[in-house]
Amino acid sequence: MTQNAEHVLDHFELFRGPEYQQMLANKKKMFENPRDPAEVERVREWAKTPEYRELNFAREALTVNPAKACQPLGAVFVAVGFEGTIPFVHGSQGCVAYYRSHFSRHFKEPTSCVSSSMTEDAAVFGGLNNMIDGLANTYAMYKPKMIAVSTTCMAEVIGDDLNAFIKTSKEKGSVPEEFDVPFAHTPAFVGSHITGYDNAMKGVLEHFWDGKARTVPALERVPNESINFLGGFDGYTVGNLREIKRIFDLMGVEYTILGDNSDVWDTPTDGEFRMYDGGTTLEAAANAVHAKATFSMQEFCTEKTLPFIANHGQETVAFNHPIGVAGTDKFLMEVARITGKEIPEELAKERGRLVDAIADSSAHIHGKKFAIYGDPDLCMGLAAFLLELGAEPTHVLATNGNKDWAAKMQQLFDSSPFGANCHAYPGKDLWHMRSLLFTEPVDFLIGNTYGKYLDRDTGTPLIRIGFPIFDRHHHHRRPVWGYQGGMNVLITILDKIFDEIDANTNVPSKTDYSFDIIR
Amino acid sequence: MSVSQTQSIEEIKARNKELIAEVLQVYPEKTAKRRAKHLNVHEAGKSDCGVKSNLKSVPGVMTIRGCAYAGSKGVVWGPIKDMIHISHGPVGCGQYSWAARRNYYIGTTGIDTFVTMQFTSDFQEKDIVFGGDKKLAKIMDEIQELFPLNNGITVQSECPIGLIGDDIEAVSKSKSKEYDGKTIVPVRCEGFRGVSQSLGHHIANDAVRDWIFDKLDPNAPPRFEPTDYDVAIIGDYNIGGDAWSSRILLEEMGLRVIAQWSGDGSLAELEATPKAKLNVLHCYRSMNYISRHMEEKYGIPWCEYNFFGPSKIAESLRKIASFFDDKIKDGAERVIAKYQPLMDAVIAKFRPRLEGKTVMLFVGGLRPRHVIGAYEDLGMEVVGTGYEFGHNDDYQRTAQHYVKDGTLIYDDVTGYEFEKFVEKVQPDLVGSGIKEKYVFQKMGVPFRQMHSWDYSGPYHGYDGFAIFARDMDMAINSPVWKMAKAPWKAAPKPTLLAAE
Repeated sequence: MTQNAEHVLDHFELFRGPEYQQMLANKKKMFENPRDPAEVERVREWAKTPEYRELNFAREALTVNPAKACQPLGAVFVAVGFEGTIPFVHGSQGCVAYYRSHFSRHFKEPTSCVSSSMTEDAAVFGGLNNMIDGLANTYAMYKPKMIAVSTTCMAEVIGDDLNAFIKTSKEKGSVPEEFDVPFAHTPAFVGSHITGYDNAMKGVLEHFWDGKARTVPALERVPNESINFLGGFDGYTVGNLREIKRIFDLMGVEYTILGDNSDVWDTPTDGEFRMYDGGTTLEAAANAVHAKATFSMQEFCTEKTLPFIANHGQETVAFNHPIGVAGTDKFLMEVARITGKEIPEELAKERGRLVDAIADSSAHIHGKKFAIYGDPDLCMGLAAFLLELGAEPTHVLATNGNKDWAAKMQQLFDSSPFGANCHAYPGKDLWHMRSLLFTEPVDFLIGNTYGKYLDRDTGTPLIRIGFPIFDRHHHHRRPVWGYQGGMNVLITILDKIFDEIDANTNVPSKTDYSFDIIR
Repeated sequence: MSVSQTQSIEEIKARNKELIAEVLQVYPEKTAKRRAKHLNVHEAGKSDCGVKSNLKSVPGVMTIRGCAYAGSKGVVWGPIKDMIHISHGPVGCGQYSWAARRNYYIGTTGIDTFVTMQFTSDFQEKDIVFGGDKKLAKIMDEIQELFPLNNGITVQSECPIGLIGDDIEAVSKSKSKEYDGKTIVPVRCEGFRGVSQSLGHHIANDAVRDWIFDKLDPNAPPRFEPTDYDVAIIGDYNIGGDAWSSRILLEEMGLRVIAQWSGDGSLAELEATPKAKLNVLHCYRSMNYISRHMEEKYGIPWCEYNFFGPSKIAESLRKIASFFDDKIKDGAERVIAKYQPLMDAVIAKFRPRLEGKTVMLFVGGLRPRHVIGAYEDLGMEVVGTGYEFGHNDDYQRTAQHYVKDGTLIYDDVTGYEFEKFVEKVQPDLVGSGIKEKYVFQKMGVPFRQMHSWDYSGPYHGYDGFAIFARDMDMAINSPVWKMAKAPWKAAPKPTLLAAE
């Protein structure tokens, strides 16, 4: 027996003891009908070959280990960013359990969200009664200021009409007539979580700006000097939005963050559970129509929202998750151009510090090859930063990226000599990435937590940047935007590079001559 | 923190009843009436807990429950390691459940083992409009080509499949034929079926019966020589290695475990199970169906057991041994004696730090009752419990064997109710899931996830109890809870005062 009370062994060590090893070996041999180990080895090696890669890339129907989720997740992300707002997802209830778990595993925070709990009878008769009862219950129990409705694929397949359902629910007294219930249809079989972000954000703005589903007159835009800011679906939303607010405050810009979920996903442990915290006020969401312009940090997250805003007469500016010096420069200069505010010396100094850090460290990054995967805009932001560090973003893959994204990636590659041998892979998954890493190896991989399987299988060290990050804590609290955000990304990349150098030079009397104290 | 010790049972009952009445006030009348049936204060001597269960969740209340797909893919089928489980439908369901349950296994992932992978048909609009059967057939071909060492395929239906009228059974049959009788199992576990995960378990059990057992060739030679001591572990998902720290005890007492359902399990083990002499059943809720079927069809008796905490482990080992001869009975005593010093040492170390602490639970499956004994072994008391997707037979077992007089019972608890109950009862520990964890920690209440063991484990068996005790101690006695209040802020907030 290896277990003992003084030094309790859990799964990390317990099963490595001889009793368990023997037990597991017997189980396999006697009862599992295992494959011949030589055959397993043969297939394992074959799966690394160009021949396998070709078969793998010829897939037309099967998706393996995708890097995307479904629309309603993005809708929930948007909803919790408004003051006192609870997301209400119309359809099967299991979906909501999944969204809540998914966000809680990433942010290590509660995520409040309700479902209309549709079951078989609703599949036959429609979910109207679920909507009527659900809105009434949510309103009574959780006392929200707004309920933001979206849909699961079940409700979409049977064709439930949110606009009509919400109207009927109000007539039946579920919530007061004037209570805000914006909605968005978010079918899981179209696009991904970033599409859901787009639809839900547009739904909220449409609600406030265009007359609350024709129950009040549409707002008349009276342009002011303020700007609106859309972060897009972003795993770093807590750190990023705070950094953006700091930057805007430094510049003296009047602004509205649309969908500010940075507080609700970073509440204190002080004895009180805050179901709602912070968020864009409903008044601000309505008044955002008057803004001079709207900035989107993620073009591919706001493909419908930005044109909707532009149609209301605002200038719109879209970025691709800008990370690093040039990206931040462009962002700040656009803010300065539109608002007429100067970029303060303090930010210029921060810029100089980031350039200083890059100069100090670039020798360790220059010429290194990276694979990146993630949401389309994040991939672009990271690739642009790597290019300015003199690294090569060799494989850039976005499961939810489309042809337009790939074309834009190609433009980015073409803009730098370091992009010469780089390729974008739209619509591919992490099993494709596995083949890429075996057949065209790179030095480092950048991606979310699921990249650890690629790290294990291909030996490509994973730098965790993306969503979700389940197996490291608190990264979402640090910004990746702004010059300070760029600094965080730089340090994250460098830490992994140096850890790898150390790990590869630490064999006594063999390789440890390079186990340097100063690097 | 606990207020319960100073109160008599009658006072506790009165407080709990008042508490139930209080939370019901928040609901619209119709909902209050429905929810009232799911909340109760347990009366000793009653045959069940006096609550309705396995009914539809009320819309809009923030139920903690999941769906039938979660019950089938996430619980029953997903851990079968040498088969590929296709999440059939849109991408989300498979994505959110990808590797989230920590069903440990040994195998070369992606080559001969596939548990921590996400295979999906990633439905697009055209698949909804034109149907997904052709795509499914093609997916199976591509699986055969790229993952040639898979031993079988299951189709885990997501909501749209049943709504658009796809015939996944026909596709599975024809592909099975094309691939020389390969095991291909269509599972109708669409998320809208039933009221929770529970129907998904049942559907998944039935799929094993129909698509594995009923297709066994009775004349096929056995893969091993049967013995009189062959048993199968049913309903252990090997979360953090639970099934392993259970299996080792059964083997040490002289039994031979021929199958694990389904943690670290394989198709061959499922197929071999009808040869068992006894099925030992841990999670009754999710696998009683197949156990009953094997009893009826193959005459295999089954026996529920509980491997949480030394009291219940010893009781269970003796109960399992009672189905066998003296060799096994002696073996059980030998195992109990072998681990007694370890258990004594664990209790000596941790009980003084945990004695008298109170716990509120809300979990799924077997845990709302099964873990109570383990807490009691540490001198702790469970003052409230409830099932996410239990049925009346779960509440009967709970009432008859586990909970004490006056325990607060809450079936399919809503977010609001759970928060209010904990606020007023003020337990020293809450054990529930990831969605609940941070709510209670914000309130300053120590918490352990009792689905995933908070990424620790195993908790089953004697080895697991040492880890369980350590983890409960580190949750409750962490210095962090003393820091929740800023020292310059006066008296605790009203939300943390007792109900009275």
